[in-house]
Amino acid sequence: MTGLFSEIFLSALLFGAVTAAVPLLLAGLGEQMSEKAGVLNIGIEGMMIAGAYVGFLAAFSSESLWLGFLCGALAGIAVAAIMALLCVRLGLNQIVIGIGLTLGMEGLTALLHHVQFSRTYPRLPAADITPIPLLADIPVIGKAFFQHNLLVYLAVLLVFVMGYIYRRTQFGLNLQAAGDKPAALDITGVDVVTTRTAAVLTTGALAGLGGAYLANVGAGIFVPFVTNGAGFLGIVLAMLARGRPLWVLFGALLFGVSLSLTTALQVAGINIPTDIIQMIPFLAVMVMLVVFGRRSSLPAALGLPYVRGAR
Amino acid sequence: MSVDTAPMTSGTAAPAVGRAVFHRLLLTVGPIVIALTIAGLILLAVGVNPLTYYGYVIDRGLLSPTGVQQTLTRMAPMLFLAAGLIVAFRAGIWNLGGDGQFLLGAVTAAASAPLLVMVMPVWLALVIAFVLAALVGMVWSLLPALLRAYYGVNEIITTLMMTFLGVSLANAMVKLVFLDPGTTVPQTRTLAVEDRLPRLFDTTISSGLILGLVAVVAVHLVMTRTAFGLRLRVVGANPRAAVHAGLNVPHLTIAVFALSAALAGLGGAVDILGVQGNVRADWNPAYGLLVIPMVFLARLNGFATIGFVLLLSVLSIGGESAARRIGVPNHFTLVLIATVLIVLAIVEYVDSRYLSARRS
Repeated sequence: MTGLFSEIFLSALLFGAVTAAVPLLLAGLGEQMSEKAGVLNIGIEGMMIAGAYVGFLAAFSSESLWLGFLCGALAGIAVAAIMALLCVRLGLNQIVIGIGLTLGMEGLTALLHHVQFSRTYPRLPAADITPIPLLADIPVIGKAFFQHNLLVYLAVLLVFVMGYIYRRTQFGLNLQAAGDKPAALDITGVDVVTTRTAAVLTTGALAGLGGAYLANVGAGIFVPFVTNGAGFLGIVLAMLARGRPLWVLFGALLFGVSLSLTTALQVAGINIPTDIIQMIPFLAVMVMLVVFGRRSSLPAALGLPYVRGAR
Repeated sequence: MSVDTAPMTSGTAAPAVGRAVFHRLLLTVGPIVIALTIAGLILLAVGVNPLTYYGYVIDRGLLSPTGVQQTLTRMAPMLFLAAGLIVAFRAGIWNLGGDGQFLLGAVTAAASAPLLVMVMPVWLALVIAFVLAALVGMVWSLLPALLRAYYGVNEIITTLMMTFLGVSLANAMVKLVFLDPGTTVPQTRTLAVEDRLPRLFDTTISSGLILGLVAVVAVHLVMTRTAFGLRLRVVGANPRAAVHAGLNVPHLTIAVFALSAALAGLGGAVDILGVQGNVRADWNPAYGLLVIPMVFLARLNGFATIGFVLLLSVLSIGGESAARRIGVPNHFTLVLIATVLIVLAIVEYVDSRYLSARRS
C-alpha cells in the first residue's frame, strides 16, 4: 500500500490522466460545436475509431506521428461528411444514421485491421515529448502536466480558441442560432445547412484527431474497438458543459483521472478485479449526470433537421 | 427472404393494392440488395469473392440442417431484444442499453436456475429464473428512466453508459460471486441439459423460439391494439400533447423503460436457460446493437421484425462459420448491418421525395 501515495505514483497517475483526457477533450469540444449548431452527433464514436485506425496506419507506415494525426483528422472528416450529407443536407434521422456510422466504422476498422495485421498487433515507438521550460522541472506536477506531446498543449489551447469563437465571432453566433432558432438565422441570409455542415465537419476533424491521439500516443497500438466509448464520453461532456468549452476541459480531466485510475490501480497491485476498476469512469459519468443532470441544457432545435418554411 | 413471392401477390390482387404491396416490398428488399452489393465491394477489396462468402453464409445459416436449427434457436434472444426495442422506440424512448440489461439478465438466470432446480420442480425454477432476470433488467434501467422522466436527461447516453457498467458488473459477478466451485474455468454453475427449456420435437431447436415469437407478437398487439399502447404511442409522437391530453408522462416513461429492459433481461435468460446453460467469464454476444437496425428495417412492426431477426440470425450463424472457414472475421456482419441501415434511410428519403414530387 505504500506505493499508492508515493510521488512517482502520483505523477504517473496525473500524467496518465492528462493522456486519457486529451481524446475526451477533443471529442467533447467537437461534439459541443455540433450540438450548438443543432446536430446530435451519435456517430462521433465512429469518427473516433476511424481516426484511430487511419491515424495509426499512417503513423505506422510513415513513421511520422504528425502525419498520423493529420490522416486521423482527415478520416474523421470523411465520416463526418457522410453524416453531414445525410443528416444536415437530406435531413435524415440523426440517431439512426449516427448508430449506423458507429457500428459500420467499428466493424470496418476491425475487419481491415484483421486483414492487414491478422492477429499481430504492431506497436508504435513512444511519442515525442515537448517539455515546457522551467515548468517541466517542478516535482510531481512538472512530470504530470508539462512533459507531454505537443498536441496536448495545442488541445488545451483549442479550449480558449473555441471560447473566443463562440463569444466573439460572427461564426460563433451563427452556430448558436443554427441550434436555437434556425429559422431566424435563415432570415438574416445565412445558410443554416452550410453553418451546420461546417460544425459537423469540424467535429469530425476533432474526433478523428482525438482517436488518432488515443491510438498513437495513449495506447501506442490499434486494437479493434480501441476507443471503447470515448466518443460517447465526449457526448456526455458536451451535455454537461452547457456550451462552455472550459467546462469540457474540467470534465475531461475528471474522467481522465478515473480512466487513469483503472491502469494505476492495476499497476500498484491493488487487489481489485479489473472488471470493477473498469467501471470507475462510467460510474463517474452516472454520478455527474445524477448530480448535475437536472441542469444540463441543450439547444432547442437539437436533433431536428432544418427545412425552410416547414413548421 | 421472400423476394420470389412479390410478383405472385401483385398479380392476383387488385392492381392498386398489388402496386402498394410491390412498392413496400421493393422498399424493403431494395436496400438489402444495395447494401449486399456495397458490402460485397468491401469483401472484394480485401480479396474475398463476395459470391463465395454470401453463398457460404446462406448455405451454413439457412440451408444446412444443423445450420438452420442453430439459426432458429439463436432467434429467441434476438426476438426478446427486438420486442423490448419496439416498446421503447414506439414510445419515443431510445433505449440503447439492451446489451447491459441482456447480460445481467443472463447472469441472473445462470446464477439462480441451477440452485433453484435443486429445491423445486424444474418448471417452477425456470419460471422464477425468468422473473428474476426480468426484474434485474428493470432495475438496471431505473436510473436512466428516472433521469429521463424527471430531469429530462437524454436517455441515449445514460443507457449506453449503463451498458458499459452492466457488462463489467456482469463479468465481475461471474468471476467473484457466482463462480462454479466445481471447475477452474471462471464460469457460473451449469444448468443440466435435461433441466433446460425443452427442445422442439426431434430437432435441436430450443423452445425459447416460441417464447420469443410470443413476446414479439404480444408486444405488437399491445402497442397497436390496446389503450395502453395508444397512450405510449402518443407520448412517443408528441410528449407535450400527451401532457395536455392528461397523460402522466413521467409514469408512462418509467413504464416503458421497465417493459423494455425486462424484455431484454428475458432475452438473456432465454439464451441461458435454453442454450448456453451457464455464463462464462467475458461472454458478451452483444446482440443488442445489431437488433436495433432490424427493428428500424421492420418499421417497428412486430411481424416484419420476425422476418428481419431471421435474416440477422442467418447472417450471424453463417458469419461465424465463415469466420472459421473463409477467414472473414465476424466484424463483417457489423459492416453489412450498418450499411443496410444507412442505405435504408437513404432509400426512404428518395422514395418520399419521389412520391411528393409526383403528387404536386
